[in-house]
This record gives sequence, C-alpha cells and structure tokens, in this order.
Amino acid sequence: MSYAERMENVSVLGAAGKMGSGIVLLTALHMAELRLQPENQGRHFVLHAMDISQQALSGLMGYMRTQVQKEAEKRIVALRKLYESREDLIENGEIVEQYVADTLDIVRPVTSLEPARESKLIFEAVSENPELKVKLFSSINQNNPHAPWFFTNTSSIPIQELGDKAALDGRIVGFHFYNPPAVQKLVELIPGRSTSPELLDFARTLAAKLGKLVVPANDIAGFIGNGHFMRDILQAVAEVTRLATEIAWEEAVYAADRVSRDFLLRPMGIFQLVDYVGLDVCQCILAVMASHIANENLHSPLIDQLVARGVLGGQYADGSQKNGFFQYEKGQPQAVYVPQRNGYRPLAEFQKGCDERIGALPEKGVSWKSIVKKTDAAETLSLFFRKMSAMKTFGAELAMRLGRRSREIGLQLVADRVAQKEEDVNTVLLTGFFHVYGPINPFFSR
Amino acid sequence: MKKLRRKVFLSGGYNTVSFGTGRKEFNPKKPRPGLEDYINEAGRGTLQLIGGAGNVDEGVIGNFMAARFNRQGNLAAFIPAIDEGLRWKPCCRVEGACGTGGLALATAMKSVLAETAEVVLTIGVEVQNTVKAIYGADILAGAGWYRGERKQGHAYFFPNLFSERAGAYFEKHGREKTRRAFARWYRNAVENARLCPSAQEYHNTATDLETMALSEPEAKGFVAHLNMTDCSKVSDGAAAIAVVSAEGLERIGISRKDSVQIMGWAQVEADITSPPADPTRLETTSRAVQQALASAGIRADQLGTVECHDCFTISGLMSLEAIGLARAGEAADFVLSDHTSRNGSVPCNTTGGLIGWGHPTGATGVRQAVTILQQLTGTCAANQIELSTKRPYAMSINMGGNDKTVVVLIYRRGDLD
Repeated sequence: MSYAERMENVSVLGAAGKMGSGIVLLTALHMAELRLQPENQGRHFVLHAMDISQQALSGLMGYMRTQVQKEAEKRIVALRKLYESREDLIENGEIVEQYVADTLDIVRPVTSLEPARESKLIFEAVSENPELKVKLFSSINQNNPHAPWFFTNTSSIPIQELGDKAALDGRIVGFHFYNPPAVQKLVELIPGRSTSPELLDFARTLAAKLGKLVVPANDIAGFIGNGHFMRDILQAVAEVTRLATEIAWEEAVYAADRVSRDFLLRPMGIFQLVDYVGLDVCQCILAVMASHIANENLHSPLIDQLVARGVLGGQYADGSQKNGFFQYEKGQPQAVYVPQRNGYRPLAEFQKGCDERIGALPEKGVSWKSIVKKTDAAETLSLFFRKMSAMKTFGAELAMRLGRRSREIGLQLVADRVAQKEEDVNTVLLTGFFHVYGPINPFFSR
Repeated sequence: MKKLRRKVFLSGGYNTVSFGTGRKEFNPKKPRPGLEDYINEAGRGTLQLIGGAGNVDEGVIGNFMAARFNRQGNLAAFIPAIDEGLRWKPCCRVEGACGTGGLALATAMKSVLAETAEVVLTIGVEVQNTVKAIYGADILAGAGWYRGERKQGHAYFFPNLFSERAGAYFEKHGREKTRRAFARWYRNAVENARLCPSAQEYHNTATDLETMALSEPEAKGFVAHLNMTDCSKVSDGAAAIAVVSAEGLERIGISRKDSVQIMGWAQVEADITSPPADPTRLETTSRAVQQALASAGIRADQLGTVECHDCFTISGLMSLEAIGLARAGEAADFVLSDHTSRNGSVPCNTTGGLIGWGHPTGATGVRQAVTILQQLTGTCAANQIELSTKRPYAMSINMGGNDKTVVVLIYRRGDLD
C-alpha cells in the first residue's frame, strides 16, 4: 500500500479530547496537503473524528475552523502557489477560505465506531485505560478488511501488550505526541517487540511530514517522558511530605512548586504541571507503571487521596485551568489545597514569609524565560547552578536535591534500557517539557 | 510650465496619531477609533487653527479604500459631520491609492486657482487595522492592476513588487551596500519617529536598529529582498490642512510667516496596465520631480528638506535618485554619508516618514504637507531641523501604486517673497 493510499482513510479515536483534537488538526492539515498534490487528484481523503460526545465534537469543529484558518494565513505565500491553477481564486482571502473548506471537508465528526472499519490508519487518543484501548482495537480490527495500522498515543502502556491483547499481529506502534500536539515538536516513537518494520518506517515518514522530531523509546511502561515525569512528581511529593513535618503543608507545596520552577529554571512548577496534566491522568499513568515495573514504589497515596476527593486539575472545555494542587484565577495559582481542611488556603496569607524562607535566587534576573530566549545559555546555566550548589539556603538546597534526583532518574532510564542513550532522555525533556537543559547534565552531578 | 495664476498657501496643519502595531496603546483585540473619529479629529484640529468652519468655502477628502477597509463610501458627506458650519458646502472625495493625499491637495489647489474657493479644508484619512495584514494586502493590491496582475502576484502584493525592484537594484548596483543603506534609512526613520509623539514608532525602544534591519530576508514567509523593517506598517490615521489664497490667509487670520507657499508642483499619471520600463528607477516620480522643480524655477540643491514616499526603503532610495540628489546607483552612498539624516545636508522624512511616522495610505500626502509646514514655520517641536538660508525650499513626493500616481509639491515659508 502506498503512503497516500494509507493516508486516504484515517480514524482518530478520542478526537475531541485534548490530545485527539491536536492530532485531528495535524492529520487533517497533512491530508489536505496530500489531496492538493497533482498525483493524488483522483483520491478521496477522509478523516473520521470519533468521540463519544456530540457536544465535544461540535467544539472540535469550531477549534478546527479557527486553527485551520490561522494555519492558512500563516502559510499564505505557499498556498497561493498550491492554488495557482484555480483561476477563480485570486485574493488571499479567497484562497484562505478555499483552503479552510478543503481541509474541513476531509474531517467527519462521528460518534460511532463503524466508520473506522474503512480506515487504513487508526490514531488512538482515548483515556489512559488499557481495557478500553484493547476493546476498541479488537472491535475495529475484527471488522476491518484492510488490516489497518494502529497508532496509539498512550504515554505509558506497553505497546506489545496492547497489540497482543487485541490480536493486532504487529500492526501497532506507540506514537506519543506531547501536549498540545499541534505545538509541541516531540513524538516519542515506541515499537512493540513484533511491530512490523514497514509500519515503523511509515511512522517515521509520517512524523517527519507532520514536522515532528522523533525520539525512539523502548517498550517499557511510562517510556521516557512519563518515566521521568512520574518519578519527578513522586520525588516532589516525598519532599513535601518531609518538609510538612517542619512547616505548614501548604507552604511545603508552594515551596516545592516555586523552587522547581524558579530555581531549576523550568517553565512551570512541578505541582502546577501536575494540575495541567490532570491528577487523574497522573494517577492512571502511575497505576499502569506500577503494574509493570517491579521493585519500585510507583504509588502516591497523596494523589489517590486528592483524586478520591475530586481534586482533579485538567482543563475546562475553553482551555482554562481547573483547580488541583492549586486554585486558579485567570490561569494563575491563587491558593493551595490543604488536605486536612479539604479546602484551599490563599497564597496571600503565607507567600511572603515562605519566599523569605526559600531565600534569594543564585542570580537575580535569571529565569526560564530569560534563558529560553538565548541562543547559547551554557555559560549562564553553569554559573547559576555553580553558585546555587554553594548556597546553604532552604531554596537552593531543595533545588539541588530535586535536580540531583532528576538526573538520577534520567540515568536510570538509560540503565534500564527505556532510552537508547542519554541524549534521548535530554531531548524528550527539552522538547516535550520545554526544559532549558536536560536532566543528565553536569550541574547536579555531585 | 505655466506660472500659477494666484499664490497658494497652506496653513493650519494637523496630524492625528498614526495608530497600529508599535504604539503602546494598540491592542488588536480591543475596539479602536473608526474612520469618522479620525476625520473629525483632524478636521476639527485644522478648523480650530483657522478660525472655525465659517471660514471654509469647500472641503476635499482623500481616502484610498474605505469601501473595503471600513465598508464605507460617500466620504465627502463626512466633512459636514466635522462641524455644523460645513453643512451645505461643496465637498468631494478623491482617490489615487497611496498618492491620494497628494491628489487631495492638488484638487484643493485647483479650486483656489480657479477662484471658486479661498479656503479649502483638505483632509486625508485611512483606517486599515480593521483586517489582518494578509487581508489588508488584498485591499492594498487594488493600487495595482487587479485583472492583469493580482492572480500572478504575491500574497504580500505590494511588498513583493518593491522587493522585485530591490532585487533588480541589487543586481545592477550591488546588494551589500544597498542593504546597509536600507538599514540606515530604517534607523533614521525610527530615530526621527521617537521624537514625534504622533508617530507610530514613537514608542520604539529597540537598540541596534541597523543590525536588526540587516538580518536576511525570509522569502518563504514574506518576500525575497525586503524585511519587515524595509516596509511601512499598517496604520490608522488622518491629517488635515487648509489650502488657501492670499485673501483666504487674511480671512483665517494667519500671517504669511506662519504659512507655506506652494512654489511649484506637478501631478503626473502613468499607465497602470504597463509594468515599469526600468524597475531600478521611479520614472513617474522622476518626471514629476523635474516638472515641479522647473515650475518652481529651482534646483535640487536648494531643497532644505524632503518628505519622500518611503513606503519601502527601496522607494526612499530611488526617490533620492529621482530628485537628482544622487546619481543612478549612488543613493546608498548618499544615505550612508548621512546626507538624509536629521543633521545632514537635506534631512529626509524628519518625523519618520512612512516607515517611522506611519502610512495611513490615503492620509500620507496631506501628512507630508503638514510636516513640511511645521518644519518651515519652526513649529516642529522636538523634530525641528535647522534650515539654512541657502536651502529655503522643501519638497514632498506622494506616490500611488507602483509609481503610477505622483504628486510633487515644492514649498517655501509664506513670507519669503
């Protein structure tokens, strides 16, 4: 089957979700591009956007319209060439409108699974639930005459296991986008033991056509991204639990979050990131990892407790942040969740004192934002962390502990053969998490 | 060239802010003033300086594309909305793409010369931030030949026409030096604009403007030979001025030394359906400039300041050659030797020009006249340049389309007879 033939009929499962909608957008844009190529004139491209919620699918189509139009506006110089032969399309406005129509025309929002029986390629981005995934795969596979290829966006479940349980006979690969898929460059590519080489080649080509950077990971639960992130969360939770014996719980949460952001120069504090991803999502991923990885405690009673109480994080349909470890106003944390009182305590009540306890940054004015703008920040980073390692403040010591642990986790991922090399671990954190330095670095080597 | 049958003066100049990206208060997501707000502000600004609407015989408004940017036609009827005293007076709207403002002045002058009016309120206006730049490019492309050029044209139609001119100029006269001159032109524009509170680049605080302007053009996302810094921005704005006879000047109570006299002028039109014979020259501009100099009976070296139509840095440079300040291929040297900067021999675009002050297309020709009026009468505040008695003249060049509609005016302070 040729590349274009494979791409002619695609289904995305969980299309209206956070990851699914981005995958629909990227795939639809790519299919529209294929459709406009002269050699594909006779082909009919269809993308089935499947989700259980009609309402969410309406939202998806609105999102698609806005995003495709933005894309067309951005690429107008090239689009004028692409539509050169259409004499009726003269102005930019007419070309943008046609391109939006041509792209949206490919996408069919559906709530039933049946159209996937026609597809030759299936993207799966439903919730991180192994049973659900297997059920969907089996059902499609049993009724589809094309022996379709399955691309799962799982961020933790071993691919071989999913393939075996659904009897896919090697027709599955892990194709893990980062959130949001339309923006983040990274795709973690995870072949199962029996994934066919032909499929893997196709996956690499597709990733390149979508403009993605591929990092290969081995088929071990959590892969590289969550392999690091989940252990990083557990470390932060352990620090909070320990600190909470000396200071108030909420101060410990605030301190660990702030230090992981401002002292480790990350774009977001660790607990804000958990809120962004969703506590329930983190809980699922931890559960999957725990069930596959022996001799390591990958369990967080704290997260279980918060999820049980409905403290979930994640986003509302309009993209705004739901409350989790923090309570948010206009996307900014305003208060910290205190389990003992099952409520939030405003930052304003303790932030100042807590900042004093944390102490000053090793160097004023150095931040994730200031570093990310630089083309070469090696020297600034090295000086910043050298100073930090010599400091005896609460903040600097906490940051050093978190940084050392992050490095250890990175090295362990290579030792455990999750990652093929150290550079891959760093690339995932740099491109998938927007860190400005990889976890395996000289700054925390001591 | 016939001598003018009457003396024509300009006075009571008023410029609104040139609004758009670069201004601190600009937020594309927030509501902004509309066409009528700009017309009213500029019109009332001038009326206040000339003793009110009762002194006005006639109104002329210049606008390029309100029909598309603002879905508004019949703009002449907005003049009586400026002030009740303007009701029932003769008014008209003129259009000549980016040369509209110049045409408005020429039209007003003709009424004065025809003795049908002694005082003509002349306004130029354009409000372009109503659409995103890529749709604005469609609208502005109307300054070219739609049926003959648009389909084959670039997404950024006008930037590309002038990018191609720049490419041809690079080939003929050298790329490196010319690009350095573009960068200097940009820097001069921004530095002048920083002194002028109504300029679009007034809030520009970027350091090392020339290095920024010298970054390599990105043909994939924009055009092959020009950067954004080589282009005037999308602007909203208006300008107004009174075009008056000697009698009119007395009526409005303004002395000659607070006015400027039109010493020579030219209005030249080229064929929109034929491409320029030589893309490295502005032939129509050149013809207009030479006619205007002849009608004023002066030489280019008597010009103390010039407002030229630098919709793009390349058109700025080519204007210098059209005027004869530099020979063909030598405009870059002229600019790099700082002749055109504010302390140079002939300061150009002293409040920033189209690149620095802004380019509300239909208003630009009038805005240029206001700037010159202020310079020659010593009212240009922080932008004031020193004028030598050997160079008492000023020139404005207003160009529409790809060097198609050109109006050149030559001015001198009103009392220097």
